[in-house]
This record gives sequence, C-alpha cells and structure tokens, in this order.
Amino acid sequence: MKLVKNGTAGTMESCDILVQVEKTDGKKVSVELDSSVMSLYGNKIREVILETVKECGVSGVKIVAVDKGALDCTIRARVKTALLRACESTEYGWNVK
Amino acid sequence: MKNDIGHEISPALAKKLGLQVHKKATVKDTATLAERLQKNGKLMDSLEDAIRAAGLKDGMTISFHHHFRDGDYVLNDVVKKISEMGYKDITVASSSLSNAHAPLVEYIKNGTVTALQSSGCRGKLADAISKCEVTLKQPVIFRSHGGRASAIANGSLHIDIAFLGVASCDALGNASGTNESGESMCGSLGYARVDARYADKVVLLTEKLAPYPNLPASIPATDVDYVVKVDAIGDSSKISSGATRYTKNPRDLMIAESAAKAIIASGYFKDGFSIQTGSGGAALAVTRFIEGEMSEKGITADFALGGITSQIVKLHEQGLVKKVLDVQGFDGEAARSIRDNPGHIEIDGNQYASPFNEGSAIHQLDVVILSALEIDTHFNVNVLTGSDGIIRGAIGGHPDTAECAALTVIVSPLIRGRIPCVVDKVGCLITEGSVCDMLVTDVGIAVNPRRPELADRLKAAGLTVKTIEQLRDEAYAVVGKPDDLKFGDKPVAVVTDPQGRALDVIYNVVQ
Repeated sequence: MKLVKNGTAGTMESCDILVQVEKTDGKKVSVELDSSVMSLYGNKIREVILETVKECGVSGVKIVAVDKGALDCTIRARVKTALLRACESTEYGWNVK
Repeated sequence: MKNDIGHEISPALAKKLGLQVHKKATVKDTATLAERLQKNGKLMDSLEDAIRAAGLKDGMTISFHHHFRDGDYVLNDVVKKISEMGYKDITVASSSLSNAHAPLVEYIKNGTVTALQSSGCRGKLADAISKCEVTLKQPVIFRSHGGRASAIANGSLHIDIAFLGVASCDALGNASGTNESGESMCGSLGYARVDARYADKVVLLTEKLAPYPNLPASIPATDVDYVVKVDAIGDSSKISSGATRYTKNPRDLMIAESAAKAIIASGYFKDGFSIQTGSGGAALAVTRFIEGEMSEKGITADFALGGITSQIVKLHEQGLVKKVLDVQGFDGEAARSIRDNPGHIEIDGNQYASPFNEGSAIHQLDVVILSALEIDTHFNVNVLTGSDGIIRGAIGGHPDTAECAALTVIVSPLIRGRIPCVVDKVGCLITEGSVCDMLVTDVGIAVNPRRPELADRLKAAGLTVKTIEQLRDEAYAVVGKPDDLKFGDKPVAVVTDPQGRALDVIYNVVQ
C-alpha cells in the first residue's frame, strides 16, 4: 500500500485509541505515543502499532497515537483503518486470522 | 489557718490531699443569658482572631475533618489564612484529603505546610506528592480511620489546634453536623469528635449561629475553645460523589448482585446479623440486593455500621435494620436521617474502629463489603495507589473492618479499562490478604483458601467459584501482563496498619 494523504481512525473515548498517520520521506516508521496506561503497557502498545504497520506493508510513515486504555485488538483495528484511509484503499481484508 | 470565709483549714492537710485552699468568689456575673451569649469569650469576630486566640505557632499540627468530602471549604480557607498571616512549617493532619484540596500544593510550595497526615489523598495534590513536585519535610503518614482515632487518643498523633466545620453551633460551641434548615449539613461528625475531644485547642467554624443550647450536640461546648462565623463551610451536594456515588453502572450492579448472593449463601446472613458497606459503587450497592431477601425471609439486621448511605437509611426506615451506627454520612439522606431518626446514632472514630478496644463497633461486625483498586493472588488489597503507582485513594476503614469482620467480602471488576484489578502483587499493601475472605468480580468469585467452608457453601448455592489465580489469568488474557512500574528512591508516604505500625512505603514515581 502507498500513502497518498493523512489518515485518522479512533476516538478519545475511554478504552479507545486515536490514531493519526502522516506520510514522511524515506522508509522510516516512527511512533509518537501518549497513553493513559503508559507505565504498564507503553512498550506493548508501541510493539502492536509497529507490528500492524509492518503487516500492512507500509513504510515512510509517522504514527501519532493517543491511547485511552484500548485493548490490543482495538489498537490493531484503529491503526489498520487509519492506514487504509491514508492509502485510500478498500482492501480491508476482513478475515479472521 | 482560716480560709477567706473564716472557716478553719489546715494547710498541711490540704496539701497532703493535693487540694488548694478555697478563695472567696470573685464578683458574680449578673448578666442575662442573652447578654452573656453576646459577650462570651469564645465567639470570635474573624477566623484570623480565632487563629491568634488559639495560639498557633510555627511547627504546630492542625487538624480537619473530611465529612464534606469533595465539597469541603474549611481546610483550604484556614490554610490560606494561616499562610497570609505568615505562619510556616505547619503539619496538616486531616481525617482525609480529597480532590478539593489541590490548593494545598501552593501552600506546601511556599513553606506554610511541611507535613501531611491523612487517610488518603487524591487529585492534583496526590499527583504532586507522588511525582515529587512538592517537597515535604517527611513522608506523608497514611492511617486508617480507626488507626487515626486511636493514634489521637493515645497521643502518637498530637493535635495542637483542630479547625472543624460544623452545620450548626451555638455561641459556646455545642455543635452538630445537622441543622433545622438542612443547609450545609454533613450528618455525622464522627471523625471530628475525636479531634474535638483530644486537640489542645478547638476552633469551630459555622455558617449561622444557632440559639443556645444547640443540643443534642455531636461536639459538646466543653470541648470547644473558639467559635467563628464564616460565609461557607462546604458544599454538601458534593458529599455523594466519586467513591460514595449511587451507581447505575450495570457492571457494578452485577458485581453487587453476585456479592449479595454470596453473602446470603455464606452462613452469616441470619436474623440479628450486622453489616457494613464500604465506599465504592458496587460495595454500596450490595444493600439494594439483600433488601428483598431480608423482607422475604423476615431477617433483620441488629445494626448497620460505617459510612452510611440512603440505601441503609431505607432499610432502617423499613424496620429491616434496627440501629444505624454512623461515623460518616455518605449522602444528604444519611444526614437527614441522623437528625430525624432516633435509631440512627452518631458514633465517633474510636467507637467505630478503635483497634485497641473490644467495645468498638467493628469488633461486633459480621459482614463487611469493601472495594479494591487491586487485589493480588494472596488476597492482599490496595486501595491507595493507582496502577501507575500514583496516590489516588484512601485507606478509610478498609483494614480496620476487614480485620475484625467475621466475613470480609472484597468487590472489584476483573479489569478497569486496560487495567487488571487482580494481579500478582499489589503495588501498595493496605489490607493483608489473610483477613480478606472472598473476592467477588464480574466473572466469578474467589474464596480465600483459609476459608474452605465458605467455598463449599457458595458452590452449594450454585455460584461460580474460581481460584484467585484463575481470575488473574483471565484478566491478563484480556489486557496482557503489565510491565513492572518504575519507582524512584524517595519515600513519599508511609502506610500504617490500624495499630499504628509501619506497613508499607510508597516511593515517588518516575515518568
């Protein structure tokens, strides 16, 4: 997938995560994370975000995420949706892994 | 020798008996009651005058009560005035500290306040302490309600001056937490009564002077030194908020319903039993679910204890609870009831929970239902620090009642947001697991292995009983195992047990 614009998914509600993705030059994937459970799950959330970006096959992107205690499944869904929106793609791949 | 009136007294005999020799009465006061009330020496024109008259000095300990909870004005107003008057190095020993007390941060920064003792701490003040944004001369000392009352009584917490907001008070200091109009009532003054009795000086703050005698009184005039009229002592509408809310949250209600079923099956739900519900939505709501069973089976409780809610008052007024022993009102209805119902009785902090006297009410308690911020696989409970290690709660009567009740039921959701509530080890120890008999969650009940008979009774009643390790695993399966918190090396608070012994230390959090 190729990023063509900025993409957003999620909300600031409790147990959700707001994910914004921006296209950047180069191949780097960077994550800027703010989380209400940073001390307990900050590392894990970062890991899940990076994993999801990799699965989507996207690079050259900056992810800004504001987490309000979302579970891993929610984080994956929000990151993937934001990327799909940024790529203007409808290849959702809504299948169960 | 002869005394002033000409009767023979042997000075040696008087001395031997430790008596002084009588002196003639000074000039008699012939003023009327109305005149005396006007000119009495207790009534001060301003808070400033009262602070001066009470003899405040740098380095002293002042105390407050938290019966207005988040609606309290008195502590902030008094500390502000003390700061304006230039006093320094004051220890604030409040029965608790809430979100309302964020202004204390400034008075710690400017050196007015240098030490704190409390049952708990929340909001900006708690954040600042946990993050070392303010520096106190020693760690905060946290005590349970019973621990504080007994520490005041035995002198280990000495109060120089108590500043106590009261809903009604006459010019001599007969004071109560209720009044006829119902305005600014907090109900029971249970914790404040201990301060009034033992503090060296007692200053009462009230909005409107009541005619003498304002009796029956929670605090008798003989315990009071000064009375001062102020514009406002607190917002009683904020008493029932946060931990004392009337919950409509379906998960809280589900947990409360399970807890009620567990209590009914426990063997302790018998005619003449006694019960206390601690703060927290689910814990307070348990009352609503045992009510039906009580009236159906003709079971009445001899007494309900503790922080009192409208839900307990309702049972009392229906005749299902004979006496209500009230150390602290949790809502306006409790305040009204303690004023109007003769069977709703105010008790002080020591009558409630002194660990050193078998006569205190907790020693007669059958069932207590208590909340937890987190509980570990040894049933140890934390109600003081959050999952991030920051202070955000209060000990309250948790360890006092848990230790003494025949059946101690802990209620908690399995997870809150992404935060697991059943964990390997609690971040801060408040109540030791050996006295916590069961944990009721939204996905099942775990019974302490020390009480196998309880597990049998619950299973026989068809309730879902799991091990506490199973509950922890279920929590971690949903949210993942959390990383260990990082703490600094600076102790910011010390937690004491009800007997006043050091139980745990809270260190500063590192971002």
